[in-house]
Formats: sequence, C-alpha cells, structure tokens
Amino acid sequence: MTTHVVLGSDAIKTKGWFKSHQWLLLRRSSQLIILGVFLLGPLLNIWIVKGNLASSLTLETLPLTDPYLLLQVLLTGQAPETTALIGAAIVLVFYLLVGGRVYCSWVCPTNLITDAAAYVQRKLGIKPKARFPRNSRYWILALTLVLALASGTLMWELVNPVSLVFRGIVFGLGMGWAVIVAIFLFDLFISHRAWCGRLCPIGAFYGLIGHVGLTRIVADKRDQCNDCMDCYDVCPEPQVISPALKGAEKNVGPVIKDGACTNCGRCIDICAQDVFHFGLRFQQKLNNELKSVQ
Amino acid sequence: MSKDGVTKSKSLTRRQFLSKVGGTACGVALMGTGLAIYSRQASSMPALAIRPPGAIDEDKFQGACIRCGLCVRDCPFDILRLSELGEEVPLGTPYFVAREAPCEMCEDIPCVKACPTGALDHSLEDIDDARMGLAAVIDQENCLAFRGLRCEVCFNVCPLRSKAISLDLKHNPRSGKHAMFVPVVHSDACTGCGKCERACVLEEAAIKVFPYHLALGQLGEHYRFGWKEKQKAGGSLVTPDQEHRYNLPEGMRYEYEGEGLIMEESASDAPFGSDPLETLKHGGQLGKKE
Repeated sequence: MTTHVVLGSDAIKTKGWFKSHQWLLLRRSSQLIILGVFLLGPLLNIWIVKGNLASSLTLETLPLTDPYLLLQVLLTGQAPETTALIGAAIVLVFYLLVGGRVYCSWVCPTNLITDAAAYVQRKLGIKPKARFPRNSRYWILALTLVLALASGTLMWELVNPVSLVFRGIVFGLGMGWAVIVAIFLFDLFISHRAWCGRLCPIGAFYGLIGHVGLTRIVADKRDQCNDCMDCYDVCPEPQVISPALKGAEKNVGPVIKDGACTNCGRCIDICAQDVFHFGLRFQQKLNNELKSVQ
Repeated sequence: MSKDGVTKSKSLTRRQFLSKVGGTACGVALMGTGLAIYSRQASSMPALAIRPPGAIDEDKFQGACIRCGLCVRDCPFDILRLSELGEEVPLGTPYFVAREAPCEMCEDIPCVKACPTGALDHSLEDIDDARMGLAAVIDQENCLAFRGLRCEVCFNVCPLRSKAISLDLKHNPRSGKHAMFVPVVHSDACTGCGKCERACVLEEAAIKVFPYHLALGQLGEHYRFGWKEKQKAGGSLVTPDQEHRYNLPEGMRYEYEGEGLIMEESASDAPFGSDPLETLKHGGQLGKKE
C-alpha cells in the first residue's frame, strides 16, 4: 500500500482542525437545528414550527412551501390556497439569494445519509463501479413533472425518499428506516454519491435555481492554488470546480457558476491555501470591470 | 477537462447521442412506467381509512395534498395521522380510522383551515356539511337493535341525532309482541365522522363508515318510481285513476297510502270510548263523554 495522505491534512496543519471544519460544522448544525425545531413540537410540545419541509407554518405566521412540490400541484390542475403560493414565493426568493442547492447541503436530512456514505467510502477505500450520467436528475425531474401533469396526482410523492425521510422523522417513520438504510447502502456500495449527485429531482430543481442564485463560492485566490486536489476529493459535485479554479488562462471568472454546486463550503474548509470564499455571483463582473479600468 | 467535455458534447455523433441520451431517456422512461404501474395500487385508499373533513374527491386529493401534515398538527383531538411507509393508505397522506378515534366535528374546522393547498376544501364552513364518508349498518345479523334489544348507542352518539341516524320502529317477529328500534342512516345528513362506528358496543362494529362509492347504491339512469312520476305529472300517466271504494261500515273510511283504517268521530256512539281512562274518569259510565 502506498502512503495514504489523509484528506485535508494540509488544511488541518496550516489552519487548525476547527478552521478547516468550520463550514462543515455550521452546515451540520443547520441541518440538525432545522430537524430539531420541527421535532420540538411532537416531542416536547413546543410549537415553534408545524408541518414539514413540504409546507410549514412558523410561529403561526410565516408560511413556507416547497416550490418544487407546489409546481407539481399546479401541474395536476389543482389551485392551491394563497398561503401555499406565498410560502413557495418566500422559499424561492430565499434560495435565489443564498444559492439553490443550499437546500441540499444545509437543510435536507438525506444529505446526512449520503455524506455519511461518502465518508465511510473514503475511509474504507470503497470504489463502486456504477456511474449514472450526471444529467439523469434533470430527466427524472422532467419525469416527475410529466407524471404529475399526466396523472393529475403527485405520483413522485408515492416513492420520494427525500420527503419520506424528513416527514418520517417528524411524523412517524413506519418502514421508512429501510429507505434510509437503502440510500446509505446504495451510495456506499453501488454508485458513488449517486442519489444526491445524480438522481434526486429535488436537487435538480434547486440546481436550476442555483444557476441564477446570488450567493456563490468564489475561487478568488486561485493563483495560490497548489494543485493538491483536496477540494476535488471532498466536493460532492467536483465537476463544478474546474471552470472557476482553472479558468484564469481561459479568461473565465473565479465564481463557481454551476448550479450543481451546493454551497456546502467544504472546499473552503479543506483548502490550505485559502483559495475559496463565499461571494456573490456578480463579483466576477466587478473584478473584470476593475481589471479593465486598471 | 471541462473543455474536452464541452467539445465532445458539441460534436456528438449519432451513435454517441443514441447511447448516451437514449440510454438515460430509456432508463428514466422505464422508471416512470414502473412508477405509474406501482401508483395504481399505491394510490388506492383502504375502505376503513377516512380523509379529514372537506377532503376533495380522492383522485383530485392526491394531486393537491402535499403531505405537509399541517392538518394533523392542527387537529385538537390528535385523531389525524400521516400514512407511513408500509401502510395501505397512499404514502404521507392524512387519514383517520373511525373505530380508533372518530372526527370530533370541531365547529371551527381547524384542519381545513390549516391546509395550504386546498386538498381540504376551504369552502366548507359548516362541519355538518362535511362528507367524510357514509355510515352504514353493515351487519344486520349482529346489530343488537336488529335482535330486538334496546341498544341505540349509535343513534345517541350521533352529532346529528335523528337526522343522520334515525330509529325506525319495526315489529319483532321473534317475540311477536315487541318492537324493534333499528338504526337507519340517512345520506342527506350523515357527515361520516365515525362516532357511531367508534361507539358500537359489539366486538366488531356493526355500523361502519365507508367511502361513498362503497356505502351508497345508485339507481339505474332509466329507473323511475311510478308514484313520483305521477306526482310530477299531476295525475296518472297510464289509465286514469278510479277512486277506490272500500266496502266499510258507516263511519269508517280507509286512506290509501296513509293512515289506513280511520274511524270517524261520529262513530263514537260505540259502547266504549276510544280512551279507557276517559271511561274511568266518568265513573265507569259507558258511552258518556264530556
């Protein structure tokens, strides 16, 4: 066996463990706090928020509705109440500001399962062979919308494992634990990061929002990159990095524009050279303008 | 690396296109077909699961309900729940089982108000107009009332007592001299709340709430009732009615489709008054009245 360098050891050496895990810790806190707030009601009878990620009511005033689900409802021909429309609009605007797939990495509990699978995979050196095409999720997204339109029912919700996991934890899981195990094993042994990265239509939907989302990760110090490849290894969607990180000679800006980027911030954590930072989409333009002025 | 990818995808040969795009498309289409077949059974409601009040038609409901559970949370009696994986009810949708806990028919209908998508129809303002299902005395062999016993529990717990469930008087052929008070459900008033099913004293309820298509029969389109048609037309539609003459003693007449045999007042020169108390009050004197 060749000497195996632990992923992120450079960053830990230069920045310390905490600094090189800060976004991960924040992200896990976000996921667990959201789940926890939803559980406060049923477990402790403290009703800050009711419902689940499909639609919820916070403090009896703030409605939030999953825009992807509401889109399916509209396609079935049903007219939702205004609260659902307002709730979906709020969620849409929020993700337009923070970047679409922030839902995937900061909110969705399924991410805990698939990240766990990726972690175990890395630790045990498991390398599954199966690969789904990256655009499968967009096909599945289209399929779910077509099925809603054609059948007049939310057919995808009969099998959607993502809504099942969150709803299951908050309302009662039934045999849903088997789905959790299945997603874990699927990602671990059958195909690397396949569920969140290649198949999930919710990720595809928020990815489309991400294409125009405001908050983006920027490789603003890409000239410091020492090609250690740690960011590629840790990134759940590594194909999004290259255009920004290696775009200098092609005159491509440093902003990661690809909607598939989940804004998880692991690249920021893992980089010993401090290449990546959170920034805004039009930062690139500003920088270019600055350059042209100079 | 990405540049390679871009140039490759721009100059896809027909073969590459077929194997790449075609493969994904067919895979997803297969998945869709499987899902559509599975949904045929996965979206059917079992007979004893009841939707919350105001639920729109079942096929539309499954297009409108986003499984958020806000109705479940706002039910003050905690009778609603979301279907879990492995249950027979379509995954994630709200329902209750009357025998376990029936709808308490809140006047302000909080579950309907909570629904963000209109799967529970917000135009339902009076809970008495709810039609969650229809109760039916499904077992007339074991129902105590049909055995001639005075049970009447379903009648008494009914929130629309004597409108949704009435007691019909029947002759008890077993004893020959007793009455039976049998529960009869009326579809024009029954909300399907399920309180009768919950309260039925039998081990297995004799009265149960079913979805409308299971509980209610339907006449053939061509079917007509003679007496209704007659009423509509204002007279007989076939041969003109001849007044029926009964050969009765004087002072008596017979009302067809009515009270039956009627003894008119003038016939009270009979030796006994019709009310025995009257006779006693007058010192037992026969035939003396007022």
